[in-house]
Amino acid sequence: MTAEAGHYALVLALGLALIQSTLPILGARWRDSALMNVARSTAIAQLAFVVFSFVALVSLHVTSDFSVINVFENSHSMKPLIYKITGVWGNHEGSMLLWVSILTLFGALVATFANNIPRSLKATVLSVQAWIAGIFHLFILTTSNPFRRLSPAPFEGQDLNPVLQDIGLAIHPPLLYLGYVGFSIAFSFAIAALIEGRIDAAWARWTRPWMLAAWMCLTVGIAMGSYWAYYELGWGGWWFWDPVENASFMPWLAGTALLHSAVVMEKREALKIWTILLSILTFSLSLIGTFLVRSGVLTSVHAFASDPARGFFILCILVLFIGGGLGLFAWRAPLLRQGGLFAPVSREGALVFNNLMLTAACATVFVGTLYPLALEALTGEKISVGAPFFNSTFGPLFASLLVAVPFGPLLAWKRGDLPGVAQRLAGAFLVALIALAATFVFEGQPLLAPFGVGVALFVITGAITDLVERTGLLRTPLATVARRAAGLPRSAWGTAFAHMGLGITLLGIVGETQWGAERIVSMNPGDKVSIRNYDITFDRTANRTGPNYSELAATFTVRRHGETIGVMEPSKRNFAARQTSKSESALMARGVSQLYLTIGDVNPDGSVAVRLYYKPLVLMIWLGAVVMFIGGGLSLSDRRLRVGAPRRARAGAPAMVPAE
Amino acid sequence: MTRKQRRLTIIGGSLAVLAVAAALVLNAMRDSIVFFSTPSMVAEKHIQPGRRFRLGGLVQPGSLVRGENLSITFQVSDSSASLPVSYKGILPDLFREGQGVVAEGAIDASGVFRADTVLAKHDENYMPKDVADALKKQGHWKDEYAKPNASKPEASGVAQGERGTVR
Repeated sequence: MTAEAGHYALVLALGLALIQSTLPILGARWRDSALMNVARSTAIAQLAFVVFSFVALVSLHVTSDFSVINVFENSHSMKPLIYKITGVWGNHEGSMLLWVSILTLFGALVATFANNIPRSLKATVLSVQAWIAGIFHLFILTTSNPFRRLSPAPFEGQDLNPVLQDIGLAIHPPLLYLGYVGFSIAFSFAIAALIEGRIDAAWARWTRPWMLAAWMCLTVGIAMGSYWAYYELGWGGWWFWDPVENASFMPWLAGTALLHSAVVMEKREALKIWTILLSILTFSLSLIGTFLVRSGVLTSVHAFASDPARGFFILCILVLFIGGGLGLFAWRAPLLRQGGLFAPVSREGALVFNNLMLTAACATVFVGTLYPLALEALTGEKISVGAPFFNSTFGPLFASLLVAVPFGPLLAWKRGDLPGVAQRLAGAFLVALIALAATFVFEGQPLLAPFGVGVALFVITGAITDLVERTGLLRTPLATVARRAAGLPRSAWGTAFAHMGLGITLLGIVGETQWGAERIVSMNPGDKVSIRNYDITFDRTANRTGPNYSELAATFTVRRHGETIGVMEPSKRNFAARQTSKSESALMARGVSQLYLTIGDVNPDGSVAVRLYYKPLVLMIWLGAVVMFIGGGLSLSDRRLRVGAPRRARAGAPAMVPAE
Repeated sequence: MTRKQRRLTIIGGSLAVLAVAAALVLNAMRDSIVFFSTPSMVAEKHIQPGRRFRLGGLVQPGSLVRGENLSITFQVSDSSASLPVSYKGILPDLFREGQGVVAEGAIDASGVFRADTVLAKHDENYMPKDVADALKKQGHWKDEYAKPNASKPEASGVAQGERGTVR
């Protein structure tokens, strides 16, 4: 019954989406408020039905109802409860249901909270949102129904792919989808603006919170996925330039550019057309990401099923939305009025540079990701484009952007003073130079490392310089500084934190890639291996049994200068239901660095293959993403994003601070 | 600066950045792209020793030999040809004789493929897509290579039976 109810709820959601996709937009054309108001209730009702459907699927998984194919194929009665729940989106059908749940969630949030925007714009936005939702409901119902039954019902399920039986699955996909799908709001706003033929600074202010929220989720979602791959796959890498990773990275790059260009539009009414285009492109890249991962054109652990019908359907969705969006753009964009003027050296100019570099970097990732697919489709030749390609294309572009990052926030709007800014950044530059020199003296080779450290510290201290300049620290009495700091717009703090996060991540990347150490050895109990002043002794192995697996666990004692500092227990698990084995790595954090240990096969003579890494500064990679997230959150809490809401924003405002 | 000059500056800058990006991409295309070959393609094309490529095929049953210090040798075959592969390190979890594998490296002077990477990435059928495609093309594809297929519950039932699970 639950399965049928869930299925039916999804059909009803499709019906509601059809209503929402037509009536409100017609109402906006005819200035009929009754029709426009339909959007609000349908958006909320649609969310209710989709959530009902999602909860139905979760309960089927939790109760291990193997008469449902989706549960049978991806669950096992012995699987721990948490993985029964997360396994819901550890497969194609369930993850698409999660996708539309989040899509309708955003729709309902706009319907409920976006009360400060013109009603006709809101109605149009919600209609466009319903176009997307409707198509995806249809996609699920026709090609990926998670509620299909199986007769006769088997007694036991096939279990979830062991790689996915991890807490990472609970966090990574939902966050990533919040990011992907969150950009649908920017897309809907852009399409609505094109349909209405009107766009101004207020548009940027209304859409910016949604962009920020989506960007924040995407940032930590990608970081979480990276950390998951790092500890779960057991080869110590945290980024492989795998097409699936690139699929999430491209919307991030475009979305970051969008966040910055929206600032220009909001403050100076410039870059309007570009911002609209970026909104369309960012969501298009999210859709392409969904296509790449879901259609099975790329085969990896993410492509749970390869079904040509699904790929074709998603391809049609892509053509419809990207083609339609860009077509509408080409038709309507010339109607939009030109915005404010600015000199090339100015805050606007810096943000244009940011956008240029980000989109160019995004384009190289795009080429590297899709070129092999295109080549195979056209000539049948198979090639692989790996890290060397991206390092030599994406690397230089992003590096030059990083050097420019500290300048941006310090430049004035309209006409900036580059020598003046350089002077103010002298301190940051000096810190970077000292760090570079010190790294060179103490670590020497490889040469890339000192420069990486220099740039990272320049970005971090540059962000701090911005705050110091704004608060007048070191120049004015502390009381004044405190007052200024309190009065500083949250978005200024947000910018500084986000940029600092970028520098922290870079520092982690430099540390891990340039100074990491790796040992692969064959060990017998009692053997000792050393890596960077850590001595690791192999004590023993033991066989253990988990809920749905059996494992061989190895115990290692870690010593530093003769002193025991801990025990590491990597293991090799055997999942009976799928007859697969996988290694569980053991991690030991030392500050922001980590020791990383995995075991491989047991050799005929009883020795165990051991892979040991020392990963200096590796935790900073993800820590930086968290700091970026915090920066986004600070920006999101900025007062001005709520300006236009009924009165409250003005009341209680502190003494006039120039809105930044 | 007039409006026109400003706009030209920005357009010029954009074009310059695009040109740099394009140059970087073209340059990288030349150096850092790795081709995929099967053992029979290697035999046909006479790939130069030292040239990096990806070798895909099946690990020939019975060919896996573990030596001293984690050195490993095995044969990769696609039924019409096979190539000896040597590797040092830990094999991925899903590496098995008779299953598909992709190794990256180059052929040395003695004709042995020295792999520095053995790929752990497999799809749910435990067959790398490149290998499956190549086998299909050469007519060596056997249906039993495909384990549970998501869209066919009957097939998965059979696969389950093979594993001896009670139904």
